[in-house]
Amino acid sequence: MEYSILIIATPLLMFLFLGLLGGKMKPKVAGIIGTLGMTLCATVAYTVAYQYFFQIGKTGDTWTPAVPINFEWLRFTDHLHIDLGILLDPISVMMLVVITTVSLMVHLYSLGYMHGETGFQRYYALLSLFSFSMLGLVVATNIFQMYIFWELVGVSSYSLIGFYYTKPSAVSASKKAFIVTRFADLGFLVGILILSYYTGTFDFANLTQDNSALVVNSFAGKSFIGLSLATWALALIFMGGAGKSAMFPLHIWLPDAMEGPTPVSALIHAATMVVAGVFLVARLFPVYHFAAPEVLTMIAYVGTFTALFAAVIAITQTDIKRVLAFSTISQIAYMMVALGVSDFGGHDGLGYMASMFHLFTHAFFKALLFLGAGSVIHAVHSNEMHAMGGLHKYMKITSITFLVACLAIAGIPPFSGFYSKDEILAAAFHNHQAIFWTLWVVAGLTAFYMFRLYFCIFWNRPYSPHPLTPSPQGEGGHHHKPHESPWTMALPLIILGVFSIFSGLIPFADFVSSDNQPFHTHIDWTVASMSILVAIIGIGTAFVLYFKESRQPAVLAQKMGVLYRGALHKFYLDEVWMWVTQTVVFRYICKPIAWFDRHIIDGTMDGIAWTTQKASTSIRGLQSGQVQFYAWVFVAGTILIAALVLFL
Amino acid sequence: MDFSNFLYMGQEIGLLILFVILFLYDTFCTANGRKYFQTIAVSGFAVLTLYGFLPQICNQSFLVGEVFGGMYVSSDMTILMKNILNMATLIVFLQSRQWLQTGETLHRQGEFYTITLSTLLGMYLMVSAGNFMMLYVGMETASLPLACLTAFNKYKEQSAEAGVKYILISALSSGVMLFGLSFLYGGLGSMYFADMAAGMQLSTLTVLGFVFFLGGLGFKLSLVPFHLWTADVYEGAPTSVTAYLSVVSKGAAAFALLFVLYQVFGKVLGVWEPILWWLAAITITLGNLFAIRQTDIKRFFAFSSISQAGYIILGIISASDQGMAALVFYVLVYLFSNLAAFGVIAAVEQQSNGDTRIAAFNGLYKSNPKLATVMTLAVFSLGGIPIFAGFFSKLYIFFSLGAQGQWILFFIAALNTVISLFYYLLIVKAMWFQESAENVSSFKTDTSNRISLVLCTAGIIAVGLMSFIYEYIQTISFGV
Repeated sequence: MEYSILIIATPLLMFLFLGLLGGKMKPKVAGIIGTLGMTLCATVAYTVAYQYFFQIGKTGDTWTPAVPINFEWLRFTDHLHIDLGILLDPISVMMLVVITTVSLMVHLYSLGYMHGETGFQRYYALLSLFSFSMLGLVVATNIFQMYIFWELVGVSSYSLIGFYYTKPSAVSASKKAFIVTRFADLGFLVGILILSYYTGTFDFANLTQDNSALVVNSFAGKSFIGLSLATWALALIFMGGAGKSAMFPLHIWLPDAMEGPTPVSALIHAATMVVAGVFLVARLFPVYHFAAPEVLTMIAYVGTFTALFAAVIAITQTDIKRVLAFSTISQIAYMMVALGVSDFGGHDGLGYMASMFHLFTHAFFKALLFLGAGSVIHAVHSNEMHAMGGLHKYMKITSITFLVACLAIAGIPPFSGFYSKDEILAAAFHNHQAIFWTLWVVAGLTAFYMFRLYFCIFWNRPYSPHPLTPSPQGEGGHHHKPHESPWTMALPLIILGVFSIFSGLIPFADFVSSDNQPFHTHIDWTVASMSILVAIIGIGTAFVLYFKESRQPAVLAQKMGVLYRGALHKFYLDEVWMWVTQTVVFRYICKPIAWFDRHIIDGTMDGIAWTTQKASTSIRGLQSGQVQFYAWVFVAGTILIAALVLFL
Repeated sequence: MDFSNFLYMGQEIGLLILFVILFLYDTFCTANGRKYFQTIAVSGFAVLTLYGFLPQICNQSFLVGEVFGGMYVSSDMTILMKNILNMATLIVFLQSRQWLQTGETLHRQGEFYTITLSTLLGMYLMVSAGNFMMLYVGMETASLPLACLTAFNKYKEQSAEAGVKYILISALSSGVMLFGLSFLYGGLGSMYFADMAAGMQLSTLTVLGFVFFLGGLGFKLSLVPFHLWTADVYEGAPTSVTAYLSVVSKGAAAFALLFVLYQVFGKVLGVWEPILWWLAAITITLGNLFAIRQTDIKRFFAFSSISQAGYIILGIISASDQGMAALVFYVLVYLFSNLAAFGVIAAVEQQSNGDTRIAAFNGLYKSNPKLATVMTLAVFSLGGIPIFAGFFSKLYIFFSLGAQGQWILFFIAALNTVISLFYYLLIVKAMWFQESAENVSSFKTDTSNRISLVLCTAGIIAVGLMSFIYEYIQTISFGV
């Protein structure tokens, strides 16, 4: 299967080609070449997936990893060396399919969305660079290769937003994202070094084989400040994952990163880069499970809190991309929780499978939501909900596909999100009741805010261009009626829509499991009925509150006649509900949480930057420019050092 | 006297010959002949640089060993270090052409090359010293001409001021160093590295001697608190000289310190390790904090280079073969990254009539995309961003720290790379996103500078990825 190198090589060559020669081509040509390159890449990825899953992947009853390519890149000591290679196993092949599919859709979509923007060629070159780094990350054979590509993913996403976009807010957002994730990666690096120092290897295969015996043995009896050293190492590695996957409190960069172009958000902030952290934990899952189970418990708690926290904030947002951003944080936290509550082996490893399953389905419907949002923004030239409404008349395809994605994320059968979310809930149900109930509430909130979004965009009130809305793209483009996007944008929506409907039907446990042995899952109807119930409550509430702009029970009463009393009653409930939600919940719970996030969590990070600046200003007196003073410091410093050494 | 000893000094002798040729040419050539001065100097020096790579090119090894009774040491490592210094000097020569050929420096450009070569000779001796007297002579040979170079634009007040500051602090530091050396001699009864190492014992005298000696080299490396001169001198000196100071002079001092600490003070690791530990931590942090608020790009790189020097000495702290390999590799990468930045600065400075504010770089991407790209790669590499060479060099340093269990220092250093990102990205931001009315107009960089930038870019991209370079350095490294 040596040809699998093409999956990585193609985007790299595309990057070099477009980066070096792109400026000499017409923008459209560069875009089409980039898209064709990605098509080739996706085709190869599909072939690899087919061959792996149906021809060579199984030995007996077990999925065995295949390493078609591996060479030693650098040798540190006799046994410690860094390799570069390609590792194919169920989760990496699954990720290849996800990444190439979404990336291809985004390439195609951008042909329409980015049409006429300056730097179009550069944009395509950077998209290829990003795809290259992300693909390199998932096929890494060792944790070090993963780290290198991990950083490269950070760089390329920084450049994709920063170098392409000239909006100052986008530039500072990309810088923030870069620095926050770099900070998290610091933990990752320390973790890797500790791990490799004691085990003497970087290889995933060595680290995970025989129930991670190597890690367990080499860390046995070693501890640091009351915790076992293995716990430290793995918790630090998780810190890197938490940064990329936007877990609380390292999530602050993701909402701001929404300043970038929407297709980029679909690719990076929905389907690929942000799930890298989940992938990392999944990749090292046996190590976590056998060497430091308490870290998994911590991951479960962090994930649960993040899921709830982000879902509550999503309710209060009015910028549609920010709603999606918080929704992404919440859903990724779901995946993390699933890993955290998972056990190892067979059906006990349900959480592991569920996490990967949700990663798989979420990638499609979240990308679809972002691309749909992009299509809407393209039509009305605003990100704000109150500039929208009633768009279903004008944008049939967008409206229908968006609805599909909303149903999928809300967990309504038979859409894909239902199956994966159900497995996560089932895994939590059998392991930790408190986590299960929190996730259950989050499921309801998710359904609510997604449909709030859907109704506010496509229904609510007849569309009228909002005179007060500042239009970011300017040029008064919003006087004309919004219209459906061109086919290059509509086609990806339809394809992703199909994926969002059907991808849940894949018998995922046959392919992905914690111990690589296929097992059978069944829908746990106790859990499923509860999750459907809460989803319907959420959707229903959103319908009542947001389907129409002004709730006029009289109209409803006239139409319904006999049901008048009921309607009246509903109106009454409505008001109570309105009061409870808008006044009590919204003002006293959601708003403070959102405020806390904005000012305290974010503020702390800004505060660190501010303190650094301040410290920098306050020591400038040292640099006086007087050479006598310099000489004095020189001599005094030397004497001070001598004194310290002699008398301490 | 056994003249065959001179055979061990191939590189020094080559340098001396080149120096004499250039000196004579400068003295006797006509005004017309002076036009070709740079070509002759650069090609001569390129030959010398290639000569240093002879073992790699045609498998013919140099003579290695101790000669002149242990005064002078030549080994694969010293040859490699000199090669690194040579490459950096060659790049500086390429970058200085445009500056030298305009204005009043035109008729005395020969001085620049000859003086630079004589400082380089001093640095060779520092690296190859087997005796503290040799080290001291090397350091003085390197320092005094450097003061001339900093004041090379003698009609510019800033340049003259930089020269004065440099010579004063330099004199002070050699005084302090000599003072320390006299203590060491008193305590150990020898100036030879090997003898001193053999008779090394801890006493107040040797500890004091060591600290004062460290002050002298700390000046060259601009470690905190011996760093205060750096910003003023870097700002005032001609850009090419600043580049030379920040890379070649610093590299030579780091190599010398490495040898002395490993070979002479290896046994008393416990004394100097904590000192360097604190110096490194403070140097990295303070350099970063100062860099944040700079508005002049040369001052900015002065503080950035202070912080980088802190990373360089982290390799010494590891006191292992891994640490030595990491340090040498770090300097190699630092050479390409920092000189790429200075090449761009030199080009922009020529164009904007000596404007070295960071604001002068606003909108550089619009007018000169290639220069902006090179600068971006350079600061990415300096900031340790993958997959540029700087990422790997920092990584090897961190590895060597981790292997010694220096986790706290490792964490401080790694945290500082995140802080440094904060200010390196300011430059990127200025070039790519900031607009300004007084943008530098589009211009063509002169050919020789362009060659230097191509070399640097190739270095930034390739040196990290070509793992055999690090592996080679590792094979010739040794620990305490």
